[in-house]
Amino acid sequence: MVYKIKVNGTEREVDVDGDTPLLWVLRDVLGMTGTKFGCGMALCGACTVHVDGQAVRSCVTTIDSAGESVVTTIEAIGATPQGKALQQAWLDLEVVQCGYCQSGQLMSAAALVASTPKPSDVDIDAAMSGNVCRCGTYQRIRAAIHRAAA
Amino acid sequence: MLNSSPTSRLDRRGFLKVGAALGGGLALTVALPPALHPAFAAEGATAFAPNAFIRIDRKGAVTMVMPMVEMGQGIYTAQAMLLAEELGVGLDQIRLEHAPPDDVLYSNALIGSQITGGSQSIRAFWKPLRQAGAVARSLLLAAAAEQWGVDPATCRAGRGIVWDATGSRHLSYGELADAAVSVPVPPPESVALKDPKDFVLIGTPAKRLDTPDKVVGKAEFGIDVKLPEMKVAAIAISPVFGGKPKLLNENAARAVKGVRQVVKIDDAVAVIADHMGAAKKGLAAAAIRWDDGPNAALSSADIVRQLDEASKQPGAVARNEGDVKKALAGAAHRVEAIYQVPFLAHAAMEPMNCTVHVRKDGCDIRVGTQVPTRAQAIAAEITGLSKDAVKVHNHLLGGGFGRRLEADGIARAVKIAQQVDGPVKVIWSREEDIQHDIYRPYYYDRLSAGLDASGKPVAWTHRISGSSIYARYLPAAFKDGVDPDAVEAAAEPPYALRNIHVDYVRVEPPGIPTSWWRGVGPTHNVFVVESFMDELAAAAKIDPVAYRKALLTHNPRALNVLTVATDKAGWGQALPAGRGRGVSVQFAFGSYVSMVADVEVAKDGRVKVHRLVCAVDCGQQVNPDTITAQLEGGAIFGLTATLHGAITLKDGRVEQANFDTYLPMRIDEVPVVETHLIKSAEAPGGIGETATAAVAPAVANAVFAATGKRIRTLPINAELLRSTG
Repeated sequence: MVYKIKVNGTEREVDVDGDTPLLWVLRDVLGMTGTKFGCGMALCGACTVHVDGQAVRSCVTTIDSAGESVVTTIEAIGATPQGKALQQAWLDLEVVQCGYCQSGQLMSAAALVASTPKPSDVDIDAAMSGNVCRCGTYQRIRAAIHRAAA
Repeated sequence: MLNSSPTSRLDRRGFLKVGAALGGGLALTVALPPALHPAFAAEGATAFAPNAFIRIDRKGAVTMVMPMVEMGQGIYTAQAMLLAEELGVGLDQIRLEHAPPDDVLYSNALIGSQITGGSQSIRAFWKPLRQAGAVARSLLLAAAAEQWGVDPATCRAGRGIVWDATGSRHLSYGELADAAVSVPVPPPESVALKDPKDFVLIGTPAKRLDTPDKVVGKAEFGIDVKLPEMKVAAIAISPVFGGKPKLLNENAARAVKGVRQVVKIDDAVAVIADHMGAAKKGLAAAAIRWDDGPNAALSSADIVRQLDEASKQPGAVARNEGDVKKALAGAAHRVEAIYQVPFLAHAAMEPMNCTVHVRKDGCDIRVGTQVPTRAQAIAAEITGLSKDAVKVHNHLLGGGFGRRLEADGIARAVKIAQQVDGPVKVIWSREEDIQHDIYRPYYYDRLSAGLDASGKPVAWTHRISGSSIYARYLPAAFKDGVDPDAVEAAAEPPYALRNIHVDYVRVEPPGIPTSWWRGVGPTHNVFVVESFMDELAAAAKIDPVAYRKALLTHNPRALNVLTVATDKAGWGQALPAGRGRGVSVQFAFGSYVSMVADVEVAKDGRVKVHRLVCAVDCGQQVNPDTITAQLEGGAIFGLTATLHGAITLKDGRVEQANFDTYLPMRIDEVPVVETHLIKSAEAPGGIGETATAAVAPAVANAVFAATGKRIRTLPINAELLRSTG
C-alpha cells in the first residue's frame, strides 16, 4: 500500500508492503544511501536515523510503524546545530577511517547531544555502544563528541 | 522508483580508461581531443596527462588517479601527498579518481599486480608516485622556461604555478598544459626528487581527502550504487560449503510484492526485487532446502584433530640455521608448547555486495574491491567476454581487512546477473557475510626451545601447520612446500637465535575456504613467537623486557621501539592486584613495532584491557596522523579477535551469524590506545596491519603477568582464567 512519510522535511509517498524496513525504503525506494545497512537486526547501528528526534535502527523499523513520524537522516542532520558541530568535530579529529559506520555513529551522537548537551564518558558509553565500528575509531568518536559538546 | 545516478562521474571514469590506454604507463600521452569526453569537457578539457596518475586541464584542475583502493587506511590521501609533493600542488587543489583495472599501469610492484593489501601501498608507490609527480613538474617547468627563454633550472614551481627566477613572471599549470605536452619526457630516473628536508607535504599531518563526504552521507560505497532500471537481489548460499540448492518455493517468493525473479546458481539462490526489503522477504518465502553435500557432518573438532595429527610429521623447511638438535640435546632446560589460533571472519561493516550488468557485448561491475584486475579476469572467464569488455568501476570500500581480496562475491553476482535483464545489485545479509566468508586459517603451532644455564635460548624450533592461501591464490609464490605468508615473522624473528629451525606443514581442512585477514602471517606468528618468548623469559625467571633486550643487541631499531614503548608504559611500576603488563615486539611489513598492554583479569575470568601503548618506527612517514589512526584502529581490530573472535563449525555450518555471536568490540569495551611515532630517515614501512599483529601477544602476556596463566589458544577463554577464591 501507499505510505506517506516525512523525510528531512519533505513529504514522500512509497508503495511497499507495510513490513518493509524503513532502511530499504530510504535506500532503495527513495535513493537516500547515506543511511547504511550493516546487520539487519539492530546490532550495529549503521542504519541509525532519527524518528521524531529519537535515534532508531531503521533496519528493524517498519514503514507502517513509522507512520506519520518525522524522519531525519544523515543527509540532513547537518542542518541542526548539534549535527553540524559533530560533523565538524569528526573532521577536526580525523575520526573517520572507512567511514561506512559513521553515518550511524553521527546520528546516535546527535541524538545523545540533543538530549544530554554535556555528555560524560558514561553517557557516551550508553548512547554509543549500539554502534559498531570495525575500523576501531571509538577513541576518536569519544573525543569528537566531547569536542562538539564543549 | 529508483533515483538515477548522475552520469558525469561514470563518463569521467570511462574517459579515464581512454586516457590511461593512450598514456602508456609513465610515457607521455598526446592531448586528448575534447570530443572523446564530452561530459568532462564541460569542466575543462584535459590537456596534459604525463602519466597514468596525473591529468591537468586547461583551467589548472588537477586529477589524480589512485592506483590502490581506499578502505579506511587513508591511502587516497597518502598517495595523493606523494604525487602532490613532487608535482608542486596543494592537496586542496586536486581531485581524486578510482583507477580502472590495469595491471600494467597501476600495478603494486611488490606483488606485480593491482592489489591493495599486505600493508604495501606506501612501500610499493613511495618512489613511482613521487617520480610521476616530478616528471610532470619537470615538463611544466620546461614549458614555462621555453616561453620565457630561460633555463628551466632557474624556475621554480609550487601551488600549481611556475615562477621565473625573478618572481616577476608566472604561469599556471593550466596555462602551461598544452605546451607541456610537446616537451620531451625525461626518463623517470633522470629527474631529481626532492631532498626530504624540502618536503612540504610528506611527513606533516594532512587532512584526509575522503572524509568530508563520509560525514554527510555522500560518499559512495559499492553498496550505494544507483542505476536506472536497477534491481536489488538478496542471496542465500548453501549453509554447508560444497552444498547446493535442492528445493525451493519459487511461487511463494514471487508472490511477495516487489519481487521480480528467482535465480539459481551453483551454490546459491537469489531473489531479485525492486528493493532489498522485498528481496529478503521473498528469499524467506522461498523456504530453500539444501543438498548439503560431502561436508554435512564436519565440525571444528575434526579440523583440529586433523591439524594435530599432521603437525606431528616434519614439514617443509622455511629456515634452518645452526644445529638445533645438538643444541637442544645440550640445553640445561627445555620448553615446549602448542599454540592455536582460530578461523576468523572479516566482518567489514559494509556487507559483501556487487552490482553487475551483463549484456551480450559487455559487462559492467560496480563494487569496492581490493583486486580490480582479478575481478575483471574472473568476470571475463564466467561470461566468455574479453577482459576489455568487462569494466570494473571501483568504489570506496566500507572496510576490506582482506575480505575484498577475494572475488567470490563478484563471481556469484556475475552469474546471477547473467540471468537478469538489466543491472542487478546483489547484497549479502550480515549472516551470509559471516557464514560465507573466506576465513583466516586455523593455525596449529608446535614449538620447542632449549635454554642454557643462564636462561638464554640456545635452540628454537617452530612448526606451523595450516592451510596455504598462496597455494590457491598465487601458486607461483608457493615454493618447495613453504607458504611465505604462513611463516612470515616466524622464520625471521627479530632476535639473535643461533640455532633455529622453522618448518611448515600444509593442511587443507575440508569444507571451509581460507584467505588473508588483516595482519596476515604476522597476526598469527607474532602472537606465537612473542608469547613463546615470554614463556622462555618466565622459565629463565628474567623480566620479559630485559630478556628480549638481551637478544636484540644486534637490532637497534627493534631495541628502540621496545625501549620507547616500555618506558612510556611505565614498565616495572607497581600495579594493583589482578593487573598485569605484557609486551610484544616485532618486525613485520617493513616496520618495527612494540606494544605494551595493561590488563585486568576479574575474578570471573573476564579480561579488561585498560591501556595499550604502542611505539612504531616505520621509517619515513607520509601522513603521521594516518599512521596514528591505523595503529589505534589496527590494535582494536586485533584486540577484538584476541578477546572474542572465533569462527567454528558444527554439522558443516558456521555457528556464528551476526554481531550477537561474532562479537565486535564496542565503545564501552575498548582501551585507550597511546601511540608513539619514532622519527626515522629509513625507507618507509607498512603500517595498516602492524598493530593488529602486535596486540594479541601483548595482551596474552599481560594476562600471564596478572594471573600466572599462559594463553596458548585464541580467543582468550575467560572460563580458564576464573580464579577459585
